[in-house]
Amino acid sequence: MTAIDVTGLRKTYRGHEAVRGIDLAVARGEVFALLGPNGAGKTTTVEILEGHRRRDGGEVRVLGDDPATGGRAWRARIGIVLQDTEDAADLTVREMVRHVAGLYPDPRPADEVIELVGLTEKSASRIRTLSGGQRRRVDVALGIVGRPELLFLDEPTTGFDPQARRQFWDLIRALAAEGVTILLTTHYLDEAEALADRLAVLVDGRIAAEGTPATLGGRAAAGAKVSWRENGSTRTEWPADPTDLIRKLVATDADLTSLTVTRPTLEDTYLTLIGAEK
Amino acid sequence: MSVAALPSALETGVSRSRVEILQFVRDRTAVIFTFAFPAMLLLLFGSIFGKSFDQAGVSASQVYAASMIAYGILSTAFVTMGVGLALDRDDGTLKRLHGTPMPVAAYLLGKLILVLVLSVAEVAVLVLVGVLIFGMTLPDAGHWLTFAWLFVLSVVACTLLGIAVSGLVKRARAAGAILNVPVVFLQFISGVFIHPITMLPSWLVTVASFFPVKWMAQGFRYVFLPDGMRTLEAAGQWELGRTAMVLGAWCVIGLVLCLVTFRWTERDR
Repeated sequence: MTAIDVTGLRKTYRGHEAVRGIDLAVARGEVFALLGPNGAGKTTTVEILEGHRRRDGGEVRVLGDDPATGGRAWRARIGIVLQDTEDAADLTVREMVRHVAGLYPDPRPADEVIELVGLTEKSASRIRTLSGGQRRRVDVALGIVGRPELLFLDEPTTGFDPQARRQFWDLIRALAAEGVTILLTTHYLDEAEALADRLAVLVDGRIAAEGTPATLGGRAAAGAKVSWRENGSTRTEWPADPTDLIRKLVATDADLTSLTVTRPTLEDTYLTLIGAEK
Repeated sequence: MSVAALPSALETGVSRSRVEILQFVRDRTAVIFTFAFPAMLLLLFGSIFGKSFDQAGVSASQVYAASMIAYGILSTAFVTMGVGLALDRDDGTLKRLHGTPMPVAAYLLGKLILVLVLSVAEVAVLVLVGVLIFGMTLPDAGHWLTFAWLFVLSVVACTLLGIAVSGLVKRARAAGAILNVPVVFLQFISGVFIHPITMLPSWLVTVASFFPVKWMAQGFRYVFLPDGMRTLEAAGQWELGRTAMVLGAWCVIGLVLCLVTFRWTERDR
């Protein structure tokens, strides 16, 4: 059963093609991450899936419906965590969460959601007075208060400190464990690696690669990077299988105290995919 | 999967209005410039021109008190709605709500209740200032009846026009300044700031007659001033029937403009 099914999605803004033919399939219960540099089309794609933006071409099904015509009952089944919001600044956290909870047929209790995002101590504070990271947690609370089957998270941890990010990841894992399908966009590769079952890299409006964090962009088959010191200088090789090379090195008098064997990180793979300088 | 029913538009609209009212009273700028400003102007104008004009036992300050009710409603309905919608579009409120099951009708109902509450409070403040400070007398039951339909038509017309105009505002921060241009302009030519309106060139009165403000001010003068004051009106009459017609027409025009121009978010880039 697919939660999101996209074929040939296109969107053009005044002659600029922001999205040029994307195919995506996200299964129910899956955590799917969309990566890509700024301007790659991530937010446009997500906003089309959320029903916030019209598409110019292609087929889109989200929870079985077309988001462009999705009605109230459809919107009750999705949750959206927006980017860069400044609304409800003069309301308290609890007032806003309660208000939004009241829009759904079967919401979680407001205080429970506030607790889940770790804002219990701030629940009586005006949203205006919160830090950037706390403000984002309010957005997350508002996104999940309606018990969505599918949750959209657009760069959710921007502005979080490391500890808050870990807490947030735990929350996402807990939601995923409940069976919530999650579509995440992020700039942070460790976040994608920690959370996503599958991911896709978007470059210039197209999907450059798709896979699991372990296999993306041929990462599993990319071999290893072996470095060691020999005759006072550092040597590096990229064998497909490092075993033979290391066996050979052991037999010579190379200085193996400095030997390192690394596999390409997700970041290396990603940077190669988007064509950036390492 | 749960099959619980979606909350009704009425229910969510009332819940929305609570949030709208909370946000309004917590926003000092809105309270001072939208809500308190008409009363402040009334105090100022009433004090400056109080004795400069005296006819049929009516002082200029009493005339201002009656006419300024039109300004009060313009401010609480037209400006609150126009600025509020532009801000909601700008700060993500509309985008957030559009991603929830809230129907548009509930959102607009919330705003409408806010506007009604503010307008009733605004008129109460202006009438109180008029009665307590400038010695305006309260009308009889028949005049209150006229007041009731006049108030409703004025609030509805101004609210709908506020919604329609908000679609033209590109940057929310400029909304207050932009919306106050027609508000101030129309008050000068509609007999709110300058009365008798017959002091104005007749072509300007003709221009004003196409817009609601002139009819609102004239109607409120009928409600709160002695009948003899009708001789100072443009037609020498209170013209209640025509007032109802013009305001009713603006309600229809406003509704059509709303339906044509309302959008949840900024237009696609």
